[in-house]
Amino acid sequence: MVRLHLPYDEGDLDRLEVGEEVLIDGVLHVGRDQVHRRLCDMIARGEEPPFDFTGHGIYYMGPSPAPQGHVIGAAGPTTSARMDPYSPTLVAHGLRLMVGKGPRSREVVDACRIHHGAYLYAYGGCGALYSSLIRSVRTVAFPELGPEALLELHVVDFPAICMIDSRGRVYGSK
Amino acid sequence: MTLQQRIEEALCSAVRTLPAQCEALIRKTCDEERSTAGHSVLSAIVRNIDMASSSTLPLCQDCGMFLCFVEVGRDSRADVGRLEDIIIDACRRAAHRAYYRSSVVAEPVYDRVNTGDNLPPVIHWEVVDGDCIRISFLLKGFGSENCSSVRMIRPTDGEEGVVGAVLDMVRAAGGKPCPPMFLGVGIGGTMDKAAVLSKKALLREAASRHPDERYARLEERLLDEVNRLGIGPGGLGGDHTCLSVCIETYPTHIAGLPVALSVNCWAERKAVIEVIGGEVW
Repeated sequence: MVRLHLPYDEGDLDRLEVGEEVLIDGVLHVGRDQVHRRLCDMIARGEEPPFDFTGHGIYYMGPSPAPQGHVIGAAGPTTSARMDPYSPTLVAHGLRLMVGKGPRSREVVDACRIHHGAYLYAYGGCGALYSSLIRSVRTVAFPELGPEALLELHVVDFPAICMIDSRGRVYGSK
Repeated sequence: MTLQQRIEEALCSAVRTLPAQCEALIRKTCDEERSTAGHSVLSAIVRNIDMASSSTLPLCQDCGMFLCFVEVGRDSRADVGRLEDIIIDACRRAAHRAYYRSSVVAEPVYDRVNTGDNLPPVIHWEVVDGDCIRISFLLKGFGSENCSSVRMIRPTDGEEGVVGAVLDMVRAAGGKPCPPMFLGVGIGGTMDKAAVLSKKALLREAASRHPDERYARLEERLLDEVNRLGIGPGGLGGDHTCLSVCIETYPTHIAGLPVALSVNCWAERKAVIEVIGGEVW
């Protein structure tokens, strides 16, 4: 079990080993399908993204509404494979840490190896569990996307497992 | 309680608690899983189930699209127009009250603007014998639904063809649908009928057996062969990829053998409301 504090320092991701359990603390950004498309469009047009990618990670998630007394509703990971067409571009531009569920494409593995990125698995379907580990939520951009908006979370003891490490090693493959 | 209130209550509960049989299967699986990572996934799932049932949080942020099956007894003299209004209204109220995520967009290709209330539901109507009305719901999450699919195999392909098609579709799904999964298999009819049957199969009690012994054996064979794929909990490898396979069938054409697979994640959220004949609602 290793701890990863976000924003991470140079070299932190290189210390994550495939198969290792990771506990994340700190600032974690959130974006899924539409955010990925928009971020890549912005990069293609040469515009500044809405947050500095340096030291940050992106969690593939779209929360349910917060019930009274909670800062956020259920907040588990969504299927990462839908982000595969966009992730290599974002990793190459510095958004090197990804958190979601399910397998990734060859291109994402290559991007992790080339740019020293990492992909972590969060427990699929565990929306209530992850909700309890989120201390605050702020909308960074695209509020019109509703549950798909770009968010910034403050998380504590957020559990994950390293699926692709910065050497391009993939969990479960020989 | 009015019928609308009964449906609303059932939907408020379904988004936070699993049917007893599904939950029991998950807990048993957690005790038995031998892979370390698989066991971690199942332990997290069990903790999540406990947290959701004792709070106002849904089990999963993807509260699903309302998928509703209404079986109307031919002797019930039901006002189906009014019944549809009641069902839609109950869905709207439950989505608001139980903090469902609004996961539905009004138009699929171009605008994809969120409807804001998780409506409309998908409703299938069927006329059955008797005087009862049975309203069943699946809260159908799309991480798993994206792995559902139909294959039109050859009429001569038989059991081996069915098994091959199902394994192929499950292999393609891999860890994407949040395994351990529940599988509904629809065989026969037309392409669309097989798809609907595969959803009706998910509505059956998990791990219940088909009344025809041959299909009951096929359910057991599929469960065994899917688990041998080793995809495991969360796709991290292990003994448990699937918790239940249910098959539903229908007559089909001499030239065809449609096989549909509906994949459901471990969070198999369901609700059933029955109206006894002559009841005023």
